[in-house]
Amino acid sequence: MTAFYGVELANRLMLGTAQYPSPAILAEAVRAAGVEVVTVSLRRESAERRDGQAFWALIRELGVRVLPNTAGCHTVKEAVTTAQMAREVFETPWVKLEVIGEHDSLQPDLFGLVEAAAILTEDGFQVFPYTTEDLVVAGRLLDAGCEVLMPWGAPIGSGLGLNNLYGLRSLRAHFPDVPLVVDAGLGLPSHAAAAMELGYDAVLLNTAVAKAGDPVAMAAAFAQAVAAGRAAHDADPMEPRDMAAPSTPVLGKAFLG
Amino acid sequence: MQIVLNGKPCEVAQARLDGVLQELGYHEAKVATAVNGDFVARPARAATALKEGDQVEVIAPMQGG
Repeated sequence: MTAFYGVELANRLMLGTAQYPSPAILAEAVRAAGVEVVTVSLRRESAERRDGQAFWALIRELGVRVLPNTAGCHTVKEAVTTAQMAREVFETPWVKLEVIGEHDSLQPDLFGLVEAAAILTEDGFQVFPYTTEDLVVAGRLLDAGCEVLMPWGAPIGSGLGLNNLYGLRSLRAHFPDVPLVVDAGLGLPSHAAAAMELGYDAVLLNTAVAKAGDPVAMAAAFAQAVAAGRAAHDADPMEPRDMAAPSTPVLGKAFLG
Repeated sequence: MQIVLNGKPCEVAQARLDGVLQELGYHEAKVATAVNGDFVARPARAATALKEGDQVEVIAPMQGG
């Protein structure tokens, strides 16, 4: 079974915690999907409002493992400092490392990503880098000490699915033993199933569930799709072919003129 | 002295980071801190002296994707 820094997950769906209609619906969605890992973030806390304390209480009650992100960070320095603060607050060495490089696509700054990953790994973090399907960058991230890679399916929040099937297949083939997670851009359970059928080890998504009309039902649907896609991959799918091949045996067919 | 707390000017009497957090009412809240862009770990707050104009960030858990 695949291990993410030594942690085996029975459920290969990881869920973001942002943008739900209410904290109660978030909690219900997490339970409905049976997810074991949720992503969380950090923001400025007001001494009067203490919004963060209530959110943290909710997450603790769910009893799930947290993967803190460095969302919104555009520089190596920002990402590293955010990761350090996250480690203290969430008491985990895990970090979903995001160094954003481009405003419209929220595409990762791959140069900054590799640099930050090296700094954080050296400092004892277990880094889940949000990256693209680029093979060279993947190699550099592994050299920097990452033991998991998280390529995008499509731009964050776009719901477009798997934009570069060739690239994702190629990444899987080049790094057969590295845990790979498709992170971001998924819109439908079929996208998640497709990622799992490609041999990816998990998927991470947020908007597709949180912004669905019924987030709880959609979370459950994604969990089913992830399980189905993984089972299909393990069952060794047939090779596609261009020409038809009759599935019903021709031998013994009645002669009817 | 005046510091910048989470991006806003803020007048404080205490001189050290742990004292400022108490003074502002964070008390035992689950927060992490940074001063002028550098992380200040919880055990280091008591020894961290602040000066006029320091940028202090106090952050806490929130929803994320």
